Amino acid sequence: MLKPIGPRDARLYNEVMITELGHFALILAFLVACVQAVVPLIGAHKRWPGWMAVAEPAATAQFLLTAFSFGALTHAFVTSDFSLRLVVLNSHSLKPMLYKVSGVWGNHEGSMLLWVLILTLFGAMAAWFGGNLPPSLRARVLAVQSAISVAFFAFILFTSNPFLRLAVPPFDGEDLNPLLQDPGLAFHPPFLYLGYVGLSMAFSFAVAALIEGRVDAAWARWVRPWTLAAWVFLTIGIGLGSWWAYYELGWGGFWFWDPVENASFMPWLIAAALLHSAIVVEKREALKSWTILLAIMAFGFSLIGTFIVRSGVITSVHAFANDPERGVFILMILAVFMGGALILYAARASVMEAKGVFGLVSRESALVLNNILLAVSAFVVFIGTIWPLVAEIAFDRKLSVGAPFFNMAFTPFMVLLGLVLPVGAMMPWKRGSIARTAKPLIPVFVLALALAGLAWAMQSGRSLLGPVGLFLGSWLVFGAAVDLWSRTGRAGAGRLRRMTRLPRADWGKAVAHGGLGITMLGIASMMAWEAEDIRVVQLGESYEVSGYTLVLDQVAQVEGPNYFATRGTVSLSKDGRPIAKLFPEKRNYPVARMPTTEAAIDGRFLRDIYVVIGDPQADGGWAVRTYFKPLANWIWGGAILMALGGALSLSDRRYRVAAGARKAKVAGVPAE
Amino acid sequence: MKRLFLILCLIAAPAFAVQPDEVLSDPALEARARTISKDLRCLVCRNENIDDSNAELARDLRLMVRERLVAGDSDEAVVRYVVDRYGEYVLLRPTTGGANWLLWAAGPLMLLGGLGMGLVYLRKRQAAPEQGSAALSDEEQARLNDILKE
Repeated sequence: MLKPIGPRDARLYNEVMITELGHFALILAFLVACVQAVVPLIGAHKRWPGWMAVAEPAATAQFLLTAFSFGALTHAFVTSDFSLRLVVLNSHSLKPMLYKVSGVWGNHEGSMLLWVLILTLFGAMAAWFGGNLPPSLRARVLAVQSAISVAFFAFILFTSNPFLRLAVPPFDGEDLNPLLQDPGLAFHPPFLYLGYVGLSMAFSFAVAALIEGRVDAAWARWVRPWTLAAWVFLTIGIGLGSWWAYYELGWGGFWFWDPVENASFMPWLIAAALLHSAIVVEKREALKSWTILLAIMAFGFSLIGTFIVRSGVITSVHAFANDPERGVFILMILAVFMGGALILYAARASVMEAKGVFGLVSRESALVLNNILLAVSAFVVFIGTIWPLVAEIAFDRKLSVGAPFFNMAFTPFMVLLGLVLPVGAMMPWKRGSIARTAKPLIPVFVLALALAGLAWAMQSGRSLLGPVGLFLGSWLVFGAAVDLWSRTGRAGAGRLRRMTRLPRADWGKAVAHGGLGITMLGIASMMAWEAEDIRVVQLGESYEVSGYTLVLDQVAQVEGPNYFATRGTVSLSKDGRPIAKLFPEKRNYPVARMPTTEAAIDGRFLRDIYVVIGDPQADGGWAVRTYFKPLANWIWGGAILMALGGALSLSDRRYRVAAGARKAKVAGVPAE
Repeated sequence: MKRLFLILCLIAAPAFAVQPDEVLSDPALEARARTISKDLRCLVCRNENIDDSNAELARDLRLMVRERLVAGDSDEAVVRYVVDRYGEYVLLRPTTGGANWLLWAAGPLMLLGGLGMGLVYLRKRQAAPEQGSAALSDEEQARLNDILKE
């Protein structure tokens, strides 16, 4: 007997429709992108304003359609619609709401949808805020941007469709990987993607400028904020990922030089080079073709990163899409865009003649050196990442390239970069003198050297790592402060007040450079001065690690929303003074059938105490690992400062006042 | 989304990295064992050293390293012993032998190349006549005259 349609069935019908409409919107967005990739390009070539004008509404439509599609998928996750294959594989009705939402991008298909959502968002933003761009440049930028979306929409629809249904929906899902059910990781992919995809804007601008055949200060002023924003997001994304690895994986490592980590690190390094070289284009109209090349390479590395992650070609702990079809598709995207852009570059780069003249010792040269060091270090990471593949294909050798290689081959370039940075940052444009620029830095240099010497004397004389880290950290931090101070002029009175009125770009520069120093110091100190303790502890037994006393008070079984856990209670004290109670856990997620360790961390300004509980032992005790990690938080604190510096610089007046770009262009004309 | 395949290791043996019963009583030997372990790869975990790995095989390798050290082998001999059994794949720090010299030399070579190219570029920039401040070309002079005449 048929039941009458009640309110519940109507709701069910609506939910089914929302998912289908999301699928439909995605297909429609693909078609809009096809139009936007072609029509404005022809319009710009033929000088047909009507055709060029297509780009703007198309970019908006593309974004709205993709946003709707993404919203529909999110809706399916939130309402646990188990007729969708993706929801079944990655969700569970008992999962906390935050992870139902983050489950949307905690898998291949959904994360690619997030990728294009951000891509179309950037495209739409270029359309909305690109009013002061020359119309033909804007049309070309939007067309190139849309060509990228065409490729990725096709990738999603033909190889990784998130909207596939199951004929027989199961009663419940298989749950998201418990390692991913974590606030740090919930927001790691969106930030990383904002960074990766933000670099697509730099790419689109570079290709459009090559087609236009002109690069000037106004162009650089347009490209730099996008690159800066992308770099800030990448910094936050990488920082979040590393922080997550630190507290979640259970041994307090923060960076593993895993191919997937390298995939995000290479674009970060190249973007850092690009945002520095764009300054030279903006201020001095030099380094143009190199900047264009960097813009192409930065996005190229983003695509390579996507390829590495999605194809699983370079087997890594992360490779979760071991699907050759997808790998080949992304490789084709990579080949088309990089090949096309580089051919265009080879044909047109010579058009970009430089204007500025500068001496061998100048800010320009310092920035060239910065670019060389960053590009070479990115190249070292690249070689190390693909070398196992190269060796296997070309020399039939199965070998590994791991952290020891990268630590040895990569670090020297960063040390060099840190050494020259404070001097280079204070060098005047056009022509400078090392002696005069370095003079105000001498006290800082001596101070940094003294601190390093002190550290060397105080440690048990094992390695140079800690002292070098301390030297670089203080050299960069105090160097940035001196840089800022020297900008306030010579007169003694009112300098402090003038310092607060400096342009935000100056503050951004100092904060970001100081942040780099703090991160370097944090990494070095954690690697050099960490202490580790592994032992079997009986209940009530106390033990000492680096001057701290720990007592294992009790071990209990507790129950979470979708897991069971063994939770230890550890009292931390120093010299009889209690500091904290720590609760390390071993969790078991029954649905995903997977255990995880939840380290307990007492994080303080100068050190972390990191406790992990292990298995029960035959004699009734528990295996416990304890770490003393000096300056651990400084690693991420420095990353936050770097991101903050970028954001400060981004909010500088000359980017906020759009008229500035126009005025500069008008002022530039009579000079020719 | 990261490190998902760590699961493999975790499922294989929900233990954890270096266990208390593995630690050698001689701190000097133990320190050497830890240093060696950091450069050896856990074969089932991908890109994790045996020191950090939770897998059963990594534990076997850690015990093997310690056994050889107790037997009096030098660090190099221990590594050679492991490589003889598991192949070059276990080395997280690749050797410099064969084509690997290219891997190790790539960074320094590229730095030299980059510095060289940079220097050539800088010299060119230095020598280039400053546009605008330099004397006007004939064409520009003619245009200027035209403008002034108007």
